[in-house]
Amino acid sequence: MFILKLIIRNCFRHPLRLLLTIAGVAVAVIAFGLLRTLVELWYLGAESSSSTRLITRNSISLVFSLPISYKEKIRQVQGVEKVANANWFGGIYKTEKNFFPNFAVDPQNYLDLYPEFVLSPEERGAFLRDRKGAVAGRKLAAKHGWKIGDQITLKGTIFPGQWEFVLRGIYRGAQRTTDESQFFFHWNYLNETLKQTMARRADQTGIFVIGVKKADQAAEAAEAVDAQFKNSLAETLTETEKAFQLSFVAMTEAIVIAIQIVSYVVIVIIMVVAANTMAMTARERIAEYATLKALGFGPFHIGGVIFGESLAISLAGGALGIALTFPAAGWIETELSQFFPVFHVTTVTVLLDLAAATVVGSVAAIFPTWRGVTIRVADGLRRIG
Amino acid sequence: MVIPLSYSFRNLWTRRLTTVLTASGMAMVVFVFAATLMLAEGLQKTLIATGSPDNVVVIRKGSVSEVQSGVERNQASIVESQPEIAIGSNGRQLLAKELVVLINLPKRDSNKPSNVVIRGVGEESLLLRPQVRLVEGRMPRPGSAEVVAGMNIAKRFKGGGLGETLRFGMRTWTVVGVFDAGATGFSSEIWGDVDQLMQAFRRPVYSSVVFKLRDTGQFQALKERIESDPRLTLEAKRETRYYEDQSEAMATFLRIMGLALTIIFSLGAVIGAMITMYAAVANRITEIGTLRALGFTRTSILIAFVCEALFLGLLGGVVGMVCASFMQLITISTMNWQSFAELAFSFTLTPSIIGKGLLFSLVMGLVGGVLPAFRAANMKIVDALRAS
Amino acid sequence: MTEGPLVEIVNVAKSYRRGSQVVPVLEDITFSIAAGEFLALMGPSGSGKSTLLNLIAGIDTVDSGTITIGGVNITTLAETELAAWRALHVGFIFQFYNLMPVLTAFENVELPLLLTRLSRRDRREHVATVLELVGLADRMDHYPSQLSGGQQQRVAIARAMVTDPTILVADEPTGDLDRVSAGEILSLMDRLVADFGKTIIMVTHDPRAAEKAHLIRHLEKGVLTNS
Repeated sequence: MFILKLIIRNCFRHPLRLLLTIAGVAVAVIAFGLLRTLVELWYLGAESSSSTRLITRNSISLVFSLPISYKEKIRQVQGVEKVANANWFGGIYKTEKNFFPNFAVDPQNYLDLYPEFVLSPEERGAFLRDRKGAVAGRKLAAKHGWKIGDQITLKGTIFPGQWEFVLRGIYRGAQRTTDESQFFFHWNYLNETLKQTMARRADQTGIFVIGVKKADQAAEAAEAVDAQFKNSLAETLTETEKAFQLSFVAMTEAIVIAIQIVSYVVIVIIMVVAANTMAMTARERIAEYATLKALGFGPFHIGGVIFGESLAISLAGGALGIALTFPAAGWIETELSQFFPVFHVTTVTVLLDLAAATVVGSVAAIFPTWRGVTIRVADGLRRIG
Repeated sequence: MVIPLSYSFRNLWTRRLTTVLTASGMAMVVFVFAATLMLAEGLQKTLIATGSPDNVVVIRKGSVSEVQSGVERNQASIVESQPEIAIGSNGRQLLAKELVVLINLPKRDSNKPSNVVIRGVGEESLLLRPQVRLVEGRMPRPGSAEVVAGMNIAKRFKGGGLGETLRFGMRTWTVVGVFDAGATGFSSEIWGDVDQLMQAFRRPVYSSVVFKLRDTGQFQALKERIESDPRLTLEAKRETRYYEDQSEAMATFLRIMGLALTIIFSLGAVIGAMITMYAAVANRITEIGTLRALGFTRTSILIAFVCEALFLGLLGGVVGMVCASFMQLITISTMNWQSFAELAFSFTLTPSIIGKGLLFSLVMGLVGGVLPAFRAANMKIVDALRAS
Repeated sequence: MTEGPLVEIVNVAKSYRRGSQVVPVLEDITFSIAAGEFLALMGPSGSGKSTLLNLIAGIDTVDSGTITIGGVNITTLAETELAAWRALHVGFIFQFYNLMPVLTAFENVELPLLLTRLSRRDRREHVATVLELVGLADRMDHYPSQLSGGQQQRVAIARAMVTDPTILVADEPTGDLDRVSAGEILSLMDRLVADFGKTIIMVTHDPRAAEKAHLIRHLEKGVLTNS
């Protein structure tokens, strides 16, 4: 088709302009893709939730603890298969910049409830046997160069003091999106130490993690657990893991929304740049379009040439942007893992990138196409470019 | 001879569509740049204003915020005995032992819960915070289940308004007053009697001790004494520094994000400017040749095109800053990661940000226009005149 | 070949709107052109000669009056029909050649044929023939930027001839050429009339060009002055 021939050759008339426009679209697509991935990361906790897990916390807020004695009572609630308890420890490794989530847990039940943290049987056994043992995620261990048997010290913030652990296991995530930057150790170790130093704070836990057999039992079980403890000293709030994770997102919702808005602004900016480029290009070629019209070519051909060029350039930029997004995301995941433990570009993001490039190319072409198609031949010929 | 500025200016005017589009791209970049700086500024301003430099906050060592901290009663007594504490006009020490916890409250508009600070206060607490003024109702009676709410809470959270009730700690609490603490963190807090709250939450320890210094220069001596006392596991900070530290993580995040985004966006805008300026040069080849033939030097051509690009940048910068200034009407309500509590802050525009924004846009224009300007300046006269 | 004049222009008037002002360019023009004629339209700038040419070529529309070419009243044709008519019946020769810079000489000449149903082979034959005619068969793969002004104009003439059109319209065909090239182009145009019986309507300032024409008409302030 000769239109295709014209489009391709027209693209290369101004190699520098072509390069700059492609670069511009590529930059915008990379930014859009990375920002979307960031937003997806925000929701990652909720996305990787299991529908058969529930979280029980103090109904006032997470800042208040629950008595460990609740555990047995929860286990006896209809529908509950397994219960583990966990405390957010908030310990610091060397400096605050090395932030990673660390928890004091009931090891056996916790690992059972989180099968996505995969440990070899030997390491699991070693961890369970050693009261001062700890397990770290693969990415976390790699970042600090930890090996099995290493002694790791955390400085407590919520539970003051220097806490020493021995690394007994390194877990890997069952899925690509499983967080491999977490650290857990025995709740008993925390509790025994507290009994000696701060007895008042002993025998308390932050949350209970509950496993039910089937997802449709979840709502009932949650209500039953909360009913158990209504009007007691520490009332509970039990919700699905997803709801629990989403509540965190909701608290920083303003920021997530802002990031989403910004990701669209980036597309608008490049749309403006592309529109400008196409407008200039079309204006320079008005005489050519007028000639084609004089020769008898209709709006389909003329519009096709203009629209096609715009789309071709922006799709090329989009493809380049998509290609470069992956190494960029990989770099972020490795170098900035304390902020972004998982930075994985999904297929949806790639498709949206493509859509964005298409929209940019289309919108940029609207005005020039309309101009080129409607110009009166005599006027167009008079303008010699 | 120098080409008059009106040449550059009029060329932009003649090709209005292109000028508007290119400047718009730059305006948007400046807008994002300014908005993120304004946000970080607003956040820090809110938190710094929340403190007074003459006040000292004593919390448990290693705690990042009052929420994680615990000060035993006997430790609090030791702090009370320090000589540097100021005495108020009523003869009592200007000191308060406070409890700070978080509760979950649903927001009015989305019904989604967020963490809100409840502060158990003593009689001197209000005196210690001159930024806080009661605007509706009254202060809670000591010994009662009454609380006062900051304006942000009253406005945004269910149960926080005057006359409404909240339920926690197995009791029902009535909001008897609303206070205005300006753009400080206190506006997002609920205050009640510390002893009542300690009972309700079954917390036998305080979170912090706050007091005013008799003489602000005595802070260092006081700090060293408290922190080296073996009976205490506490640390002392000036109130301003305490709140500044709390915003650090979020402010840093906002600044880094802002910087990263701005760099990326500015790449896009600079590319746009370059395309425009290259096209401008290409379309005026004959004109340039004529100017050179008439006797204008290469340098004057260079300057003329650079000025054109700078005008573009300036236009974009001004439009972007004007739009950014409207952001001051918006308040962000979110959770501060370090304190884990609700915080409301708005976009704050400072002269420094205006300056930075305009400078940035000029730089974008310059970077976009310099290479094409060189191309224009280095053309051979004969080639230029021959082109058609 | 039809009996009577090929082109009949009757009571044609045209004005342009410039902002809020209406500027009359042509006032009540009536004349005819016979088949096989080589007509030059001359006049000072602003006289409306280019406008008249555009109207005859079907790339502009009259305000009033009719233009009939080869029996077809083109003033009644709608936009799309007019485009289709032009493709078959009009060959254009412009002052600045108006070739597509991204197409080779061959491809430029081929352009009008793409609107027909001719097969690739037939199109190639036609193009080769006209390029031969203008003497540029050996340059068919060159781009316009690689050809001189005179050569580009010859490619343009080849393009104008390739559909064997009813009329050829030329707007200052020698305006951008040096004396030698201009002479070559005019001889070529002469040949088209003499050897192929083409009808040419040319607008020009150049008295040497006018000399080559068989007939000269003058336009002044939108009115024909003599015949």
